[in-house]
Amino acid sequence: MTPVLAFARAPRLVHLSQIDLVIIIFYFALVLAIGFYLKEQANTGEDFFMAGREMTAWIAGLSFLSANLGSLELMGWAGASYQYGILAAHWYWIGAIPAMLFLALVMMPFYYISKTHSVPGYLKLRFGEPARALSSISFAFMTVLMSGINMYSMALVLKIILGWDINFSILVSSVTVAIYVALGGLRSAIFNEVLQFILIWAGALLIPILGLIEAGGWSGLKARIAVNASSEYTHLWSTLGRFQDNPMGIHWTGIVFGLGAVISMGYWTTDFLVVQRVLSSKDLRAAKMAPIIGAGFKMMVPFIVILPGLLGLAVLPIKLVGETQAVATGGHSYNEVLPLMLARYCGPGLLGLGITALIAGFMSGMAGNVSAFTTVWTYDIYRALIRKDASDHHYVSMGRWSTVIGVAISIGTAYLVMDFKSIMDYVQALFSFFIAPLFACVLLGMLWKRATAAGGFWGLLSGTLASVGMWAWVKVDPSALRYVALSPYARDMAENMYRALWSCLTCATVTVVISLLTKPKPESELKGLVYGATEIPSETYVSTLHRPWFWAVVVGIAFVVVNIIFW
Amino acid sequence: MKAGGSLSIWLFIGISLLVNGLLIFGSGIYELIHPPVKQVVLYNLHANVWWGGLLTALGAFYCIHFAPGKGRV
Repeated sequence: MTPVLAFARAPRLVHLSQIDLVIIIFYFALVLAIGFYLKEQANTGEDFFMAGREMTAWIAGLSFLSANLGSLELMGWAGASYQYGILAAHWYWIGAIPAMLFLALVMMPFYYISKTHSVPGYLKLRFGEPARALSSISFAFMTVLMSGINMYSMALVLKIILGWDINFSILVSSVTVAIYVALGGLRSAIFNEVLQFILIWAGALLIPILGLIEAGGWSGLKARIAVNASSEYTHLWSTLGRFQDNPMGIHWTGIVFGLGAVISMGYWTTDFLVVQRVLSSKDLRAAKMAPIIGAGFKMMVPFIVILPGLLGLAVLPIKLVGETQAVATGGHSYNEVLPLMLARYCGPGLLGLGITALIAGFMSGMAGNVSAFTTVWTYDIYRALIRKDASDHHYVSMGRWSTVIGVAISIGTAYLVMDFKSIMDYVQALFSFFIAPLFACVLLGMLWKRATAAGGFWGLLSGTLASVGMWAWVKVDPSALRYVALSPYARDMAENMYRALWSCLTCATVTVVISLLTKPKPESELKGLVYGATEIPSETYVSTLHRPWFWAVVVGIAFVVVNIIFW
Repeated sequence: MKAGGSLSIWLFIGISLLVNGLLIFGSGIYELIHPPVKQVVLYNLHANVWWGGLLTALGAFYCIHFAPGKGRV
């Protein structure tokens, strides 16, 4: 869900002082210390893979959000907001908040009550082994590839910003993540993610504060953007009536149905990278509150990501350009807006904290990928398909080793990407291949008792193949875009939205048709897995202020208000 | 949330904010005494002094509030 960074030229953007280096080194020392401290608390499978299922709603919620808040997320979307204006905020609001609330209130009870270790694990309980095998293998593949691509991109960013050697950056950051995740498992990953979340805010929050002071507040910012670009850059919905009326080349239906109803629902409710954090909650109420807390903070993230991009458009004396043009002219690209703003306002010390925020973002994203890969590999591939009856101790050892091996494969992927940079362009496509149909499969499994094992498996497979097929069709014949994305004016992002929508609908249709033609499971076997066959624990014993639905309504109202304000 | 042992995650966060805050605050004070030749935009606001001070205060609060043996979670 992040624009790709692919700049590899130009001298460093900023120069660090000794105090900045001390701050960065202290950060590495602290995350390693947390890993070593938690090693003794990761002896059983439940401890290592599920953090003992004892996290509070706040810890699980901040970790849930932090695992997604990678450095590419920060830099990529800041660049996207410079390029597309406030439209980029859709990926934080309609592209996240409804899905997070849906996860909390509708889907989490089934994940939590079924006591599954993973999303593929839920598919095993609901649809059987073939569906789990398909989703776990595709997830493991996607995760290590994403991890490697993120690793390479971060190393490239550090090279551009600081002049650091790519090999050095990859080695130091990946070894650090491998050590603290292998030692403390998911608990260590979660604790560090919470720390990283706080550091990201501490390091990035000054940019919008100082930027707004320089620009003369929100009205001054809008006035400058109207002069430097166009007043449409500060409107969220009013330009989405036609594909050609906005710089993103997208229609509101793509945003609402493709992004809001499919891509974000798929990512936030079925991507195990984020769902795993919530599954570590200490009870069902905490598991429902965690995504709601995450949603509350997610709504504020545009303040440190989107706003700096807009401020760059308003106050930077230079004009940022696309990657290709930047390479050709030696100028700065959109993706460099965040470090440029950092260098503009932050002196010694603050600069070190800002760079630490970027590194922390990268490491939280990578640790999220690695810990999710480790769990899916150990429980859903190794234990399910290779060695079924080993001891708990054996699986914990496998978890530690697969952490190291997962990081090693990611490093290999990172070097592969260096030679084949076009692979980075396919990241968004990969996401729509696997996550969009998975959402339809899991949702039907949870909400429709009649869905059968055959329906679930063939639906998931056909949705994935449909997505790959549409992607290949447009690659071979670009004019096919008018059919896949409904308009010849549609751009890459719009194509991803619509492809995800069609693959999700394909999966749902095939699942329904085959389920109606095959024999369903008896209701007794669906207990704890499906709506209507599961008793959801009552929350009447807690006050209104402690009930998830109350806070979901509060977050929902805030979501509507911000969309109206920036309409 | 305790870290399984006796240390809370919020204590680690407090330590991080306190150390970073002190370093940034100290750096800001040094810049006040020896103004740099090349200044950042809005240097006159001395962001590293007040931001460093804010982080230090927040870090100190967390360190004290979640210190080992205080029984907080």
